Amino acid sequence: MRYAYFPGCSYHGTGKEYEASTHAVAKKLGMELVTIPDWSCCGATASHGKSHLLNIALPARSLAIAEGMGIGEVTTGCAACYQQLAHANKRMTENEEIRNKVNKITGKEYKGTLKVKSLVEAIGIVDPEDIKAQIVKPLTGLKVAAYYGCLLVRPPEITGFDDPENPMFMDNMMKLAGAETLDWAHKTECCGASLGVSNLDIAVRLINKILQAAIEKGADCMVVACPFCHLNLDYHQKSVNKQLGTNYDIPVFYFTELLGLAMGISPDELGLKTHFTETQKIMNQFG
Amino acid sequence: METINVSESITKNADFIEEIGIESGQPVQKCYQCGKCTAGCPVAFTMDYPPQQVIRMVQLGMKDELLKSNTIWICASCSTCSTRCPCNVEVAHVMESLRIMAGKNGTAPAGKAKYVEVMYDALLGTVEKYGRTYEVGLVMQNNLKSGKLLNGADMGLPMFQRGKLQLMPPKLQGAAEVARIFAEVRKLEGGVK
Repeated sequence: MRYAYFPGCSYHGTGKEYEASTHAVAKKLGMELVTIPDWSCCGATASHGKSHLLNIALPARSLAIAEGMGIGEVTTGCAACYQQLAHANKRMTENEEIRNKVNKITGKEYKGTLKVKSLVEAIGIVDPEDIKAQIVKPLTGLKVAAYYGCLLVRPPEITGFDDPENPMFMDNMMKLAGAETLDWAHKTECCGASLGVSNLDIAVRLINKILQAAIEKGADCMVVACPFCHLNLDYHQKSVNKQLGTNYDIPVFYFTELLGLAMGISPDELGLKTHFTETQKIMNQFG
Repeated sequence: METINVSESITKNADFIEEIGIESGQPVQKCYQCGKCTAGCPVAFTMDYPPQQVIRMVQLGMKDELLKSNTIWICASCSTCSTRCPCNVEVAHVMESLRIMAGKNGTAPAGKAKYVEVMYDALLGTVEKYGRTYEVGLVMQNNLKSGKLLNGADMGLPMFQRGKLQLMPPKLQGAAEVARIFAEVRKLEGGVK
């Protein structure tokens, strides 16, 4: 398994645990992630509100570079980057006029030969036996609420690899890691994404509903597959507590962190110590 | 909302109705107001017009009201509506097209909607300059332009302590190529700030 890898702008900032745990888990699975040289921002979550052309052209530059790598498949961890890359890829492969127009804008020739996969799909399609073979510290008894959010599974004409209403890819991976996953109602409810920056008072109401639903079902922790979902559900728990008088402190992990923990990778290497919610208990139990 | 003469509005705004159909690529006229989009919308509670009303307003050519509404900016593009629509109208695409049209039309959003536009511009401003998002620069621009100077200020220290704050802007060899993308789109479309 070899992929051209798109890290996304949060890779060494707010999403650095995702980046670290992605590489650690990929290594265990023999998955080679070759970073797209000089990749640039995909435009999320702003260009879609400014111009249809800009929204395709920004990710198209990185797609053109990736195509030149001769690998054939691109993957990225961030759900928003995935959406942008997959959307631009679809528009450019389906419509020659758009492709030519965008190639003129970027000054780079993208022929439209790539497949774009989310990291959830890329790891989720690995032979379950190969994943199980790496599990040395199973997460026995851990109740996980897998949260997919929006852009990973919607709209299905762009994403399509998992069910848009009741996705199971992350659940299945968590089960392979020995955890128990919950059947809960807010798997794909929106966390507000960048409303957390522009209008936090709106976002906290969305975040609150998601946290509440997970906790009511008895979740010990949540797993996510997007740095923005993580920022909103992890960091902003304290904003919810402050604005709505709640008292949340539920750990929120990237799915790669928990997979990595079950594979015996150290919590330090995975980034488990830089969260804003309490992660010590789970590290003590399984780390 | 004021009473409107439907026939008059449709005739007067025929161009607008057609343009939104083409820009969004969505069969807006198929909507029969079932309300499924509004039922599933996570932010309908804070919109001035809920999603299904927006689609009806497009059908009726209510351009001015739509371009001034906060709905088109509050929409988080989560696509719950698009996924569930029984008529296959990607409502989120229609919202996007309206937002883009409002930008080109020079209709200035206000309040919550303005904060969204300011954030878009702050983010894209750093991308145009550096080729990637520069989170510190984004927050500073966002706060200056929105007037919410202390927005996210309490995030700075905890982020820094965890090594999650990149103080220096990203360095990209192809930064000029990214700036060129913005320039080319502006040449073709105008309007992108």
